[in-house]
Amino acid sequence: MSRLLQALFGRLPIGWLQLTHSRTRFMAALAGVAFANVLVFVQLGIMQSMATATLKPYDFFRADVMISATDANTMSEGGNVARQWMLQAMAHPDVTAGMGLFLANVNWQRAPSALSLTTFGIDPAQTGFLAPDLAAKTAPLRMRMAGLLDRLSRGLPRDEAAGIRPQAPLSFETSGQTLTLYDSFAGGGGFGGDGYMIVSDQTFLSLFPARSSAAPDHILLRLRPGSDAEKVAADLRGLISDKTLRIRSYAAAAQEDLSYQQTRRPTGVIFGFGVLIGVLVGIVIVYQVLSTDVADHMREYATFKAMGYGPGFFLGIVFEEALILGLFGFVPGALIGGGLLTLMGSITTLPLAVTPAMILSVLAGTLVFSTLSGAIATRRLSAADPADLF
Amino acid sequence: MADEDFPMQTRALNHWFGAGEAKKQALYDIDLRIARGSLTVLVGPSGSGKTTLLTLLGCLREVQDGSVTLLGHELHGAAPAQTMALRRRLGFIFQAHNLHESLTAAQNVVMGVQVRGRIDDAPARQAAAHVLGLLGLSDRLDYLPANLSGGQKQRVAIARALVGNPDVVLADEPTAALDRDSGANVVDLLKRLGRARGTTTLMVTHDNRILDRADRILTLEDGRIVGDEARGG
Repeated sequence: MSRLLQALFGRLPIGWLQLTHSRTRFMAALAGVAFANVLVFVQLGIMQSMATATLKPYDFFRADVMISATDANTMSEGGNVARQWMLQAMAHPDVTAGMGLFLANVNWQRAPSALSLTTFGIDPAQTGFLAPDLAAKTAPLRMRMAGLLDRLSRGLPRDEAAGIRPQAPLSFETSGQTLTLYDSFAGGGGFGGDGYMIVSDQTFLSLFPARSSAAPDHILLRLRPGSDAEKVAADLRGLISDKTLRIRSYAAAAQEDLSYQQTRRPTGVIFGFGVLIGVLVGIVIVYQVLSTDVADHMREYATFKAMGYGPGFFLGIVFEEALILGLFGFVPGALIGGGLLTLMGSITTLPLAVTPAMILSVLAGTLVFSTLSGAIATRRLSAADPADLF
Repeated sequence: MADEDFPMQTRALNHWFGAGEAKKQALYDIDLRIARGSLTVLVGPSGSGKTTLLTLLGCLREVQDGSVTLLGHELHGAAPAQTMALRRRLGFIFQAHNLHESLTAAQNVVMGVQVRGRIDDAPARQAAAHVLGLLGLSDRLDYLPANLSGGQKQRVAIARALVGNPDVVLADEPTAALDRDSGANVVDLLKRLGRARGTTTLMVTHDNRILDRADRILTLEDGRIVGDEARGG
């Protein structure tokens, strides 16, 4: 290692030799950096999984414009939208189809624990509004009290979910009615519910008699191919008489949902702070190690100054140390962080995983912030005065 | 005579420490010319200004008043970049060895080579090994300072000062930690360098063995030169 660095720098790798001189101190410093990395990885992983989980239900549908109530900050929040606005929207020349989307939670009481299923009511005739794999499975939904179940629902044994077929349906009771599941699809539990279920709008209205067919939760619109969803959404905002409605392109609605979850919901803010604290801990640890190291080597540095070494040489040593700490602390940090996320993922069935983008950004962040700590630590270098040596 | 014959010169050099009421003069009106290739010893009681003079000549302190010419360059008002470049032509031997504890003997000496720029491993190490060999440390190249005796450490520090072929060597009690033989060996080495390469040495010492071998002995008292004795060497 020392030889490699020497060939690289064209000088003795003083930083490396200094850091590794005391092995226990070096290990302790690396453990500190690794700890900060683990913190950042876990928090980022949770944030990432929250993003995945938030965007998941948007994947079930194929739409270009979504009309929602004014208070619909997320897909599952907010009041109803009157069906009449769909008819008004259909007047726009680019709008080819519209569908009301109903949404509510269904509780499946089963041992050992109840499942809370986020249930969508759709029009089974309008398969164009569904993702292709779902569209292929809608035939049974035309029957009364029929449903499609998310086979990745939390708390649902995988083999039981996989066994659900149109030929081998599974029934359960909810609020006094019997619902029969004919097929399954891949969803995945989020932070809001344990999983998803899709039923027809008729079934939905039977399950929730208080809801009216004239007032779905959202209205989905499909546009003529090639039309600009943003532009049509803007047109519709002018066209539709109810000015309180949120009329957005489907993609914009998903992004606004996500940014609301991350910046306005307590969970998003908490994990955001977690990342910040991880970064701060890392900066403080690296700064502490480096500034102690500079203080410990004042005499040596003063000697080198007397010999004619310039400021660049000393900065080089400190940055060399910062990068070594960052790089060598990152590796165990990433391994432990990834392991913890996988473990948490298997317990919660949240989509928790270390992605390549996360690895790259944490590595880059670690190196940047280590260098920053190094830059702060170099302020003490000027205290090395060769005149004190004699 | 030309500047190159006198690598160290001072004219009307005064120096003070402190400021305001506490201001105290350390050097008074020093006029000095030290000849190239000579071994000059500076003696005097503690507090007489020997070390101050040494650090001024070594560009480790800023010249306040008067003139110091080192290797033909005026130090009064010299820019930091210039004094840094000049220091690379000097060899410092401190009373404490000031070795870097994380570097081996050879690596410490290599520090004296690479101050001139990028190094390749083999030639730098060879140069270090050569000088360490002259000082009797051939078998200690890869020892860390913690595993060397006090005298050995001091000899490594001397090797570090000499490996870059300095034009001027400034030394403060360099033989204090050395036994009789290695002390004499170091002085002989410095004198040989003086004859062969014109290396000029200015040394603060009270070691009688060295006084006997000096070319010139300067005595400093209360910041003034009170004795200047030329010796045959």
